[in-house]
Amino acid sequence: MAHQSLVLTMMKNDKGGITLLSILFALIIIIPGLNLFVAPDSAFHITTYTLTLLGKYLCFALLAVALDLVWGYCGILSLGHGAFFALGGYAMGMYLMRQIGDRGVYGHPELPDFMVFLNWSELPWYWQGFDMFWFAMIMVVLVPGLLAFVFGWLAFRSRVTGVYLSIMTQALTYALLLAFFRNEMGFGGNNGLTDFKEILGFNLQANSTRAVIFIASALALAMGYLVCRYIVTSKLGRVVIAIRDSEDRTRFIGYKVESFKLWVFVISAILAGIAGALYVPQVGIINPGEFSPLNSIELVVWVAVGGRATLYGAALGAVAVNYSKTYFTAALPELWLFALGALFIVVTVFMPKGLVGLWKQFYKKRFSQGKKNPAEILKTTKAGDE
Amino acid sequence: MPRLLSIQNLIFIILLFFSGYSMASQPGNEISSETPSTEPSDVAQISAFANTIPLFTGKGFKKKTAAVNALAKVDDVRVLAVFQAMLTNKLYYVKSDQQLVFFERIDDRIKVTDVISKEILNISTKSKLKKVSVNNKLRKLLRGYIAALSVKSPDDEVRAAAVRQLIKNMSETSYALLTLLVATEQNKSILKDARVGIALWDLDSDEKQKKLAAIATLNDNLLPEVKTKLERLALADTDGNYLEADKSVRAAAKSALVNINDQVAFYGVLENIVFGLSLGSVLLLIAIGLAITFGVMGVINMAHGELMMIGAYVVQQIMPNYIGASVFVAMPLAFVVAGAFGIAIERLVIRFMYGRPLETLLATFGISLILQQMVRVIFGPTNQAVITPAFMSGSLEFNPVFAITYNRLYIFAFSIMVLVALVLILKKTSLGLQVRAVSQNRSIARAMGVRSEWVDALTFGLGAGIAGLAGVALSQLTNVGPNLGQAYIIDAFMVVVFGGVGNLWGTLVAAMSLGIINKFLEPWAGAVMAKILVLIFIILFIQKRPRGLFPQKGRAAES
Repeated sequence: MAHQSLVLTMMKNDKGGITLLSILFALIIIIPGLNLFVAPDSAFHITTYTLTLLGKYLCFALLAVALDLVWGYCGILSLGHGAFFALGGYAMGMYLMRQIGDRGVYGHPELPDFMVFLNWSELPWYWQGFDMFWFAMIMVVLVPGLLAFVFGWLAFRSRVTGVYLSIMTQALTYALLLAFFRNEMGFGGNNGLTDFKEILGFNLQANSTRAVIFIASALALAMGYLVCRYIVTSKLGRVVIAIRDSEDRTRFIGYKVESFKLWVFVISAILAGIAGALYVPQVGIINPGEFSPLNSIELVVWVAVGGRATLYGAALGAVAVNYSKTYFTAALPELWLFALGALFIVVTVFMPKGLVGLWKQFYKKRFSQGKKNPAEILKTTKAGDE
Repeated sequence: MPRLLSIQNLIFIILLFFSGYSMASQPGNEISSETPSTEPSDVAQISAFANTIPLFTGKGFKKKTAAVNALAKVDDVRVLAVFQAMLTNKLYYVKSDQQLVFFERIDDRIKVTDVISKEILNISTKSKLKKVSVNNKLRKLLRGYIAALSVKSPDDEVRAAAVRQLIKNMSETSYALLTLLVATEQNKSILKDARVGIALWDLDSDEKQKKLAAIATLNDNLLPEVKTKLERLALADTDGNYLEADKSVRAAAKSALVNINDQVAFYGVLENIVFGLSLGSVLLLIAIGLAITFGVMGVINMAHGELMMIGAYVVQQIMPNYIGASVFVAMPLAFVVAGAFGIAIERLVIRFMYGRPLETLLATFGISLILQQMVRVIFGPTNQAVITPAFMSGSLEFNPVFAITYNRLYIFAFSIMVLVALVLILKKTSLGLQVRAVSQNRSIARAMGVRSEWVDALTFGLGAGIAGLAGVALSQLTNVGPNLGQAYIIDAFMVVVFGGVGNLWGTLVAAMSLGIINKFLEPWAGAVMAKILVLIFIILFIQKRPRGLFPQKGRAAES
């Protein structure tokens, strides 16, 4: 009961969050149901393609929520969150690779195909243990978390902030991109990991497996949202927001700024890793391209489009941008990059609060003239000062 | 065993060809070495040349071999050109009248020249021509004849090249040719090279004195052939037997090898430094524009790479047929075009977000995507090759293991020039004064009557223009394509951050040291790993010195 009341208190005044969670709850019931139990020729049938596509969007949404936690609430603009996503994905990919067993092209009982191809005689040490699901799941959390911890510990302690930090995170993901492209690294080089067969013994191509992974993604997003919401509404969250608004003042008050930042950064990286791990079985491939700096920057735009520092806005932005990406790349492939580029500019110049902010503005004008939120007043005056 | 025999047979046959040739050409050689005339000596020779030429249109390699052998006996300066054209597949004949011609492709046009009269024929399509094809055997024969003819050439450069070619494959014939050359040669460097060749051959002789003398000649020679030969003399085979029986020869060879290896190692280090400086100068060029926009104005310009791309496309688009001149036209034009783009970007987007660096980063990234896609739509997604002007191709060769290509030298000089010009602009002109004033304290500068908006636009334009210049240099190094900028943007940021924002000299030191570090890591770790290590190094370095190598001091550093 205590737990439930905690959820209730932190979701109070969070209309967007309640909407998001309700939508997710509805999706969990409706989408797999329409996919599995409605006949394929029915108008209400949802194809497995759509199901997987939606599942992918949910993973992106979780990734965006994770980034919003550090960027929106802590002011750390990470241009390397794609790296954590990809590392989680690689951990899952390694498990799925080991599950192939001797059904690969070369039929080797232990080694994945690409290692046989490279004439390796035994599994490298870092591939050990990935045949066990629980171990892989621990790695999904541990590897991105550890990288974020080491990087953040070094960076925050020496007070690398703002633009410098952004460029460093970009360099981090770029270095990982180059490293994973190398065949000698033992992660499949350019081609990455693919040709997965099954997960926990269930065929990955089966509709029911897809549906379960979809449900898992939706649940992960819901849980991720709740965790982030819990953090930002807790006392810790207050301090984090204070750090975002004035790092020096928070430090002078006596908080250990770097510890707070590090803690939030690591949580965010772990969430990104989980998103990656759920993403890989749905798309069926993970390759070094996921590390590319472009991906990480695009991710920042999802959050910016949705609206920073709202969490649900980030999820909305991720789905909106990715839906338009799917639409554009199919219908007008040349125009997609123009549209994306324009989106970057329009959002930063004209809609600093994203879609959520736009809706709020519209809503305020229509229905509640005169009533003003004190936080809003503060923010507008601050923006005027700059 | 049978295979070995066949190789021996082959060598024997080749030797036969050559010895047959050298006997046949002895008289001609004597004549031409005494009177190195460019004119054929008499009418009979001219007609001999003209008479032999039609033989080349014959079918089958046997007939062609006969034609080549016959032509080799003719003493005429044009023979060499025919052989060279034949070897490089540029010898054709006209299908209709069997006239033998040289064929050349210049850009999209073709040039057909008559072999005998040197007249340019009015033929515009290749379909009227047929190639005089060669096989490997003929090629070998041709190479031998070309070497022998070139050694007699009156032109110093042709002779030097021929000698170098001969040294690469020393044989009885080349030995004979070089000995002949040494007797008459006047040019010292050619003489030296010829002696090296002779010494190389002498290393295999049976006389101890000859061998020792040869080793003494080769003591400071860096040719790879010399090294392998000496190693064979000095080292034991797998069973521990020395191939060379004499102890003193072995010792001499060993000491010569030590000498040579020391020199090779020295030049290896020198080469790493030079290549490192060359890479550093590229890094400097791509970072220096960023050092202005990022360092002086505090604007994160993610579209910097695309401004370089625009500069590179300017070169690629202007007069590809007159590339030598076009590089000089392109430089100011690239500066102006990229600068205009920069001013437009500043006026349309960036001026709305001063003081919000993270948002600027995102907006300029959007611009970079749009520019990339624009180029992709206009010029196509594939890489375009840019022709290198003649004065930039080739290399400055100091010795066989150390050479610098001219384009590296030019780009090095160019990057230093750009840096100096920029420093002068910032330090000596009124614009520079205003730029520094605005970057230090915007409100006070405005109060003093500086039009800060105008200065912002011009500063950004200056940074963008320099990016365009960097693009001109890059177009001479890599292919020009829509992704050109993306490949360099992270490097550029690394250099600026490593050197310390707002400090041009810091950028110079950072670019050069990163270049050199990279080149020293490369042989040891591989190119990609070297890059990764440099990135990790910078990430760790920034943790230690968050403001770079040369941090800004004072109030300006606080913001």
